[in-house]
Amino acid sequence: MNEIKKVIVLGSGALKIGEAGEFDYSGSQALKALREEGIETILINPNIATVQTSEGIADRIYFLPVTPEFVERVIQKEKPQGILLAFGGQTALNCGTALYDSGVFEKYGVKVLGTPVQAIKDTEDRDLFIQKLNEINVKTARSEAVNSVEEAVKAVERLGFPVIVRAAYALGGLGSGFCSNIEELKKLCETAFAYSSQVLVEESLKGWKEVEYEVVRDKYDNCITVCNMENFDPLGIHTGESIVVAPSQTLSNAEYHKLRELAIRIVRHIGIVGECNVQYALDPNSEDYRVIEVNARLSRSSALASKATGYPLAFVAAKLGLGYGLFELKNSVTKTTSAFFEPALDYIVCKIPRWDLGKFNGVSKEIGSSMKSVGEIMAIGRNFEEVIQKGLRMIGQGMHGFVANHDISFEDLDKELQKPTDMRIFAINIALEKGYSVDKIHDLTKIDKWFLEKLKNIANIQQQLSGYSNLESMPEDLLREAKVRGFSDFQIARLVLNSADKNIEDNIDAVRQYRKAKGIVPVVKQIDTLAAEYPAQTNYLYMTYSGNENDISFNSNKKSVIVLGSGAYRIGSSVEFDWCGVNALNTIKKEGFHSVMINYNPETVSTDYDSCDRLYFDELTLERVLDICDLEAPHGVVVSTGGQIPNNLAMRLYNQKVNVLGTSPINIDRAEDRHKFSEMCDQLGIDQPRWRELTSMDDIYQFVDEVGFPVLIRPSYVLSGAAMNVVSNKEEMEHFLTLATKVSKQHPVVVTQFIEQAKEIEIDAVAQNGEVLSYAISEHVEFAGVHSGDATMTFPPQKLYFETIRRIKKISRAIAKGLEISGPFNMQFLAKDNDIKVIECNLRASRSFPFVSKVLKKNFIAQATQVMLGVPVEKFDKSIFDLDYIGIKAPQFSFARLAKADPILGVDMSSTGEVGCIGDSYYEAILKSMLSVGYKIPKKNIFLSTGPAKSKVVLLEPCRLLVQKGYKLFGTKGTVEFLNSNGVEATALHWPDEDLKPNVMDYIREKQLDLVINVPKDHSKSELDNDYSIRRGAIDFNIPLLTNARLATAFITAFCNISIDELEIKSWNEY
Amino acid sequence: MSKLKNAKLILENGKEFVGKSFGFPGSVAGEVVFNTAMTGYPESLTDPSYKGQILVSTYPLIGNYGVPKTEFENNMPKFFESDRIQIAGLVISDYSFVYSHWNAEKSLADWLVENKVPAIFDVDTRALTKILRESGCMLGKIVIDDEDVAWYDPNKENLVDLVSTKEKVVYGNGSNRIMLVDCGVKNNIIRCLLKHDTTVIRVPWNYDFTKDEYDGLFISNGPGDPSMCKETVAHLKTAIEGDKPIFGICLGSQLLGLASGATTYKLKYGHRSHNQPAREVGTNRCFITSQNHGFAVDHSKLTGDWEPYFINLNDDTCEGIKHKVKPIFATQFHPEACGGPTDTEFLFEKFIKLVEENKK
Repeated sequence: MNEIKKVIVLGSGALKIGEAGEFDYSGSQALKALREEGIETILINPNIATVQTSEGIADRIYFLPVTPEFVERVIQKEKPQGILLAFGGQTALNCGTALYDSGVFEKYGVKVLGTPVQAIKDTEDRDLFIQKLNEINVKTARSEAVNSVEEAVKAVERLGFPVIVRAAYALGGLGSGFCSNIEELKKLCETAFAYSSQVLVEESLKGWKEVEYEVVRDKYDNCITVCNMENFDPLGIHTGESIVVAPSQTLSNAEYHKLRELAIRIVRHIGIVGECNVQYALDPNSEDYRVIEVNARLSRSSALASKATGYPLAFVAAKLGLGYGLFELKNSVTKTTSAFFEPALDYIVCKIPRWDLGKFNGVSKEIGSSMKSVGEIMAIGRNFEEVIQKGLRMIGQGMHGFVANHDISFEDLDKELQKPTDMRIFAINIALEKGYSVDKIHDLTKIDKWFLEKLKNIANIQQQLSGYSNLESMPEDLLREAKVRGFSDFQIARLVLNSADKNIEDNIDAVRQYRKAKGIVPVVKQIDTLAAEYPAQTNYLYMTYSGNENDISFNSNKKSVIVLGSGAYRIGSSVEFDWCGVNALNTIKKEGFHSVMINYNPETVSTDYDSCDRLYFDELTLERVLDICDLEAPHGVVVSTGGQIPNNLAMRLYNQKVNVLGTSPINIDRAEDRHKFSEMCDQLGIDQPRWRELTSMDDIYQFVDEVGFPVLIRPSYVLSGAAMNVVSNKEEMEHFLTLATKVSKQHPVVVTQFIEQAKEIEIDAVAQNGEVLSYAISEHVEFAGVHSGDATMTFPPQKLYFETIRRIKKISRAIAKGLEISGPFNMQFLAKDNDIKVIECNLRASRSFPFVSKVLKKNFIAQATQVMLGVPVEKFDKSIFDLDYIGIKAPQFSFARLAKADPILGVDMSSTGEVGCIGDSYYEAILKSMLSVGYKIPKKNIFLSTGPAKSKVVLLEPCRLLVQKGYKLFGTKGTVEFLNSNGVEATALHWPDEDLKPNVMDYIREKQLDLVINVPKDHSKSELDNDYSIRRGAIDFNIPLLTNARLATAFITAFCNISIDELEIKSWNEY
Repeated sequence: MSKLKNAKLILENGKEFVGKSFGFPGSVAGEVVFNTAMTGYPESLTDPSYKGQILVSTYPLIGNYGVPKTEFENNMPKFFESDRIQIAGLVISDYSFVYSHWNAEKSLADWLVENKVPAIFDVDTRALTKILRESGCMLGKIVIDDEDVAWYDPNKENLVDLVSTKEKVVYGNGSNRIMLVDCGVKNNIIRCLLKHDTTVIRVPWNYDFTKDEYDGLFISNGPGDPSMCKETVAHLKTAIEGDKPIFGICLGSQLLGLASGATTYKLKYGHRSHNQPAREVGTNRCFITSQNHGFAVDHSKLTGDWEPYFINLNDDTCEGIKHKVKPIFATQFHPEACGGPTDTEFLFEKFIKLVEENKK
């Protein structure tokens, strides 16, 4: 332990499907553990929105790509004695394995702490893994590793269909799936080989139970299993796509402990030091089992297990990596008992994934062996009905629980049950309503009958509730039972009072008042790791109706301030709001208040019980927030640091007399309500793109005649696909309005004039009583039309007129005054020449708050929180003009995960994460950030299809530069003609649908291209099949793809002017 | 739901918990103890060490996987720890009226009714556990439909005598003859011994085995206060003078402790769980163990030739003792598990090895 003075920790980079916020939590815990030991910590992670890349967590932070080249250069510079590879997901593990193989660790004398690299390899390489497990008589799924499609076909001859195919060394089941015939097999193998040279063909265990164990081992060979988890969905659905409960519910003692014993045997034999996850398939009709996989690192499941049990796995794993024994560490919840123990839960948790498949065009909604979900939630309670209902509300997709939801129907219910999509759980509800028996549903879904019976129990209560038409006639026992089984006041209002949507608010309140009068209120229980066996001063809490007393008392003499968290990660709201929440909590504590967090996302740092004085791991519904306010009697509630979920509660909390801190909810409403906001803008003389809310096709035609195409259409009712769309002509508009949406009096459509070739500019700011205290203006690289979450952002802005900046400041001040803003806010503008139009105004922290705060090195959230608390505010002493460097925020896309989705950018957001990198020049920052999100500098061949004339012109000079640099250009016919006629050499390839060679699809399949640039012709999503095939091909064969001419220009200019070696290895504090 | 009888758990300190009955519809009294295990209710309920006790499960969801078949193996029920439910009553939070498991034959409720054991659900078991933790285990009664019963203190009774075999029973036909003193033995102890080359001779708790022929002596677990088993302790005093290997578990460990001259005491609320950490004294080896006991050896009072073998990492209580020279050891925890973790099953192997070496 003594020789380790400095340690590098590798982060996981941008959030992507399969690798999300859980690694911010793991990494933060590891860094905390190292710091506690007095070890100097160096973090490499380009994800600027994370909590781990904040001040005071690591000693030095490098916002650089987690790739072997960059990590080696950091090692060279920092000369650490140790490195941790297990806390940054598969990205860190793969990078670490590569560095080990190339001898870099040996060269610089860097010790890999924790699990040795060889052990990691034993778990990652399928053949080695099976061999290792055979040595200790542990069964694995029969499987063969193959290196070609032909070999795969031969393997299936031995294994028999159905089989599962998966790419080796791939995160979250990338390029994997089930096949039940030769055609499916061949097709899947082709994709899988694009990701890996080795592909595994395995016997299918579809329908078996899936069970996981989280195991910890120290260097003395002491082992514990911290938690086991059981998937509600049987094997065949990736564990990241499954509803999961902890602890297991349907396993007998013999099964539980058989699998536990095996897990320990495996972990000992492989030689894990730290944390490890073992996944099993368990026969539902015997004790037969197979080991599916072992993850020799912290994982999504380990983050979930930590939150489910209160056992800080990552923290302990880091300590074990330093050489501690488990018995030498304390249980961080009880503080008195040992860390060598296995948590006993006296509650059940349920994890439910959150999908955002509706955001993508063309994507298949079926869920299976490859991960598609973008986030998850965890519900805690004391029975299954309670947690599943809580959980289904938490995922935030408009559902109110398992029952009492509107507008769910399935074309083919049996198929939905058999071939699940993201809606399967609701299909079970419909099936129960239609009178399907549990046996029949079990036959179709293979979900264990225990779970189905519990769901049926919910449906039974629903029926009983529907039998009453007023609260007074309903037996009190039934009301209590409904609350115990997770029914919300909303569900009860809808079922008993038959509430119409327009008076639902009043009815919910009536239910609340009625049950409170009857003394039917939830109680607060602690999570203490030992099921109350030992006293624990834990602040980790949840609420339930299964109980009659609170575990804690509410007489703190400190004023408590409640921060509402951001809920499930989703496209458009993820780790950046966790950072905002955590920073709000820090300031609240610093200012002497009692900090309280409400959130339910197990991937976050804000749900770490160390982050606040009290953590309610519970719902962010009005009902639950009011329950907590009733108990806490808080000084106030912060709604502006958790994104849109808490923001939407502002007015409703205000109506219930809760003290909402910061900007008045009345004014939040004035900003949120399109009509009120426009009215104010008009009064203040602030320009907006013209828009109108319309209820008939005739009105729409008339408006479009006034403003001209293109227009942006926002329907209030969506049938399928994306919610927003830009249409360029009448035909597209009709297509969209008739196929994808409804237009009627009940479902108006907002049509907005769409301004092309305009710059998009954002301001993130803090105001106090209407006065702007500080602000950060940034500009998008792309022209308006790309959602701000998908745009590449430059801060400070490099290419804006002074006049533009001046006008934006002026408008922002006027709006801050007009809305009497106190707290954080964000506005978005369009600028064409010096003509400025406001397109968006949010009276809350935005996605870019961590980015601008970290680049400016001034914490906007801390300042905003001081404003909201009404304490003296620290003024910033610098502005954007004082910065000698540039920050670039770049989006991370996960299209590779989303089979068939069209990888184009539009007005609806589709990125899953982001990075932020700093450079001494614009191009340095561009290059670092784009390399961080997975772009590679092309070696030789580049394919271009440059779309409309304007972008052809934009890309002409970059293409000339590429040719000068010796790149070979290929393109579609039109693009090549244009380039050639302008003296740029390029070779034409035939379109995908032309049966002619050389064809672009062959070049993609054979991976002869290093970069594909495909600019869509217009903003519509009904793109030509050809362009789609090229884009999708690039994604499926893992070739970097750019679809925006301005971004492509920036990237090309950057790598043609600076080489990778010239990129400065500078830590955050060196700027 | 409406058909369920009302039930109450009444504690000695006057505190009442109202719930509903799902077991046998008759009231019962006993000592209220809690167990924090998350699986294994068929095993716990048939564990003779729970004799006379009303068991509170801190894990709220119970009954999920039903009750296994009554299948026999080696003349013992294959899936249970004895031939009947031993607990006096059961207290839980959420009962699963429908069960699902390939090996289940009946519901927990049916099994409880068959065995005439009352049970209550819908109780805030966490609040109840906190009372037991703060005030220590106490007497209590489950009252169904207000039919009161008298208080009953099982600790005043020789519970071992109630659960021990009445006659000698022989299992297996191996070359190592193990004399098993049954103070309320769990079947899995016998199963674990039979996995090795043994003949197990199960005798009543007060049987004088000192004159019998055997290769190794085993003292089993059992309910209640060790000081009730004066005869067993007397026999053990003779046995430890000899040189035959001896292995004791749970109550067996306490009896061995008493025979060695040490004392035992009642813990405030005992250890009843599957997650108790024990460290082998003088080593860095730690084990997660299954436990069910209310009394413990005071290891500060061990005499000359005896030393602590394992200690509890949470509260430093005695988890086992051993003789410094002779092949005699005992554990407070349950190496046979069932329910619970199987990490220390190697101790049976160790015992048999000692027996075989001793024979040479």
